[in-house]
Amino acid sequence: MIDLSYIQKRFDQLQASHPNDELASLRTEAFNRFTRLGIPGLRHEEWKYTNVSNLFNNEYQQALSASALSGIDQSFLDSIRLPGSTDADELFFVNGRFISSLSSIRSSNDELIVISLPEALKSDFAAIVKQHLGHSNRYLEDGIHALNTSFINDGVFIYVHPHLKQPGDLNRPLYFYHISDVRDNHILSQPRNLIFAAGGSRIQITETFATIGTMDNLSNQVLEVVVNKDAYVEYYKIQNTVNANQISTTHFHQTGKSYVHALSLTLNGGTIRNNTNLILDGEGCDSHLYGLYLINGRTHVDNHTLVDNRQPNCYSKELYKGIMDEYATGVFNGKIKVERLAQKTNAYQSNKNILLSDHASINTKPQLEIFADDVKCSHGCTVGTLDENAMFYLQARGIPQQNAKALLLKAFAMDILVQIKPDRLRNYVEQLISDRLLINE
Amino acid sequence: MLLIQDIHAETDGKKILKGVNLEIKAGEVHAIMGPNGSGKSTLALVLAGREEYEVTQGRITFFGKNLLELSPEDRAHEGMFLAFQYPVEIPGVSTTQFIKTAVNENRKYHGEAPLDAVAFLKLMKEKMRLVDMDQSLLTRSMNEGFSGGEKKRNEIFQMAMLEPSLAILDETDSGLDIDALRIVAKGVNTLRNENRAILLITHYQRLLEYIVPDFVHVLYNGQIVRSGTKDLALELEEKGYDFIREESESSVSATQPENISKT
Repeated sequence: MIDLSYIQKRFDQLQASHPNDELASLRTEAFNRFTRLGIPGLRHEEWKYTNVSNLFNNEYQQALSASALSGIDQSFLDSIRLPGSTDADELFFVNGRFISSLSSIRSSNDELIVISLPEALKSDFAAIVKQHLGHSNRYLEDGIHALNTSFINDGVFIYVHPHLKQPGDLNRPLYFYHISDVRDNHILSQPRNLIFAAGGSRIQITETFATIGTMDNLSNQVLEVVVNKDAYVEYYKIQNTVNANQISTTHFHQTGKSYVHALSLTLNGGTIRNNTNLILDGEGCDSHLYGLYLINGRTHVDNHTLVDNRQPNCYSKELYKGIMDEYATGVFNGKIKVERLAQKTNAYQSNKNILLSDHASINTKPQLEIFADDVKCSHGCTVGTLDENAMFYLQARGIPQQNAKALLLKAFAMDILVQIKPDRLRNYVEQLISDRLLINE
Repeated sequence: MLLIQDIHAETDGKKILKGVNLEIKAGEVHAIMGPNGSGKSTLALVLAGREEYEVTQGRITFFGKNLLELSPEDRAHEGMFLAFQYPVEIPGVSTTQFIKTAVNENRKYHGEAPLDAVAFLKLMKEKMRLVDMDQSLLTRSMNEGFSGGEKKRNEIFQMAMLEPSLAILDETDSGLDIDALRIVAKGVNTLRNENRAILLITHYQRLLEYIVPDFVHVLYNGQIVRSGTKDLALELEEKGYDFIREESESSVSATQPENISKT
């Protein structure tokens, strides 16, 4: 049995320091759920292939307020910045706490508003926050998700105003940097943020993660995104941190005819679980979900996706591709739910994998639950090795084995990479991948 | 240039080549003909270095070097080129990217700087004309969705780009209609010169009307059983492979008593 009493202690501390906060009751309710459910073990159907309970055999510190955090130097921050950061809206989180002194909001107030959740609950946005914060709780009924909700504190609320510029022109990109500072302590970070993309708004979001220090870190992070009628949301998640353990949830709630294009990329890490949910709660939603995992060592990546079709005439396309080398293990679980009302749903899902070593493995599982009778759903998955014929073809043309392999793997990844729409972000990611595959170009 | 001595090769425990001898000199065009399953393509793949074919006996030297010790990529760098019988489709790698990588890897091996974009483009345009290759194929994934003829033209185009010393054309004529065959043959003939040798592997005499060989060899049951000039190809066309079969089998039985008497 895992001793989670330290979490109880931290929870009591948090509640004591913010007793009358609007979020207190939400936290209490979630913490009761957490104590009831506990950390999911391998017998939990949704956690069958990903052991997170052993990650909790460790007494973590949690930063309960931003003020307790010591300095991180500028050169470290610069080293993790994403391309085009100087004209982006940049939000920095350290150990799960939003650090406003490091962050820069360059957009004007009529484009985008960033305030903390407690402030938002006292503002004109209170109704919106109350309505939407915690929507994902209905979909992720496990102790881990409840644990994040138990510690909702000073995360940010972002309101994206309707788009005023030329069509096709996006606002500034919005970058989230999640830093784990594990120089002195084992750290559990639990960022919790909410984005509200108002009707007709357009936003491009990227989340990335970094670690400073060598102690253990576990991040249990949740982002909820509400996508209103005619809103357009692009979302990219980049995980490229050695030994970082993460449970990372991105929950999109499309409440009106809208467009979501989401992509997660995992190049490095310890044990990683990504939950990506698309709730299609408006007629005519258009949703695109992509993922690429290129892992080696003992990295474990579990991509759990859910597309819940609640209204008629929604379209969703999902493509996840993985390359696993050495002792790496992958999991893909793609659930597509078509509810009774959701006639004329069009849902496609595909998962393709390459195993480069006898020790690497993948568990892939499509899961279709269809309650409507006039729908088009398809799914497929493949697991293979590198194409020997293609390898020989390249080598016979004078391309050395290692380069031939890199070229073929990059080609395999290409149909995901082309889905990174901003050129500079795509070039940045392509370079990360080329470096990993040792391509000299 | 190339000296093949008593090569035996097998795959999956099955003996395919059973003592092949062949010498190819610069400027020569050799054709190897033979019925299906005689080992023609195996010979091509052994030369190019496909691992699945294990050489159990014999020697091959290429410009005096022990070919069998070289990796497939180094064989290419040393001037060998195999035009594949079944060119492989490589989704996600454009034809341009493929060829540029190949050309520059070869240059790198020889200590030359990579070609810059302008020089490379110019070279490509020039060589594409040789095989009437459509420019739109360059940006498409390598061989993906190409017709049979386009794939084979793409092989000859690569040959023109890489300028090998020895080009092995493995059934380049198979699956080509007469127009495509003419184009491919024209391309090959343009590349024919006194420094370059060509080894044509074919089932039919038809290709040899367009690319006239200096020597014709018949491979049967893993051995070269007859060698001659282009007239041999005509003889084969006329009589079919059966006469080779009969001849080779009768010669085996005829030599047996001799062998016995020797022991």
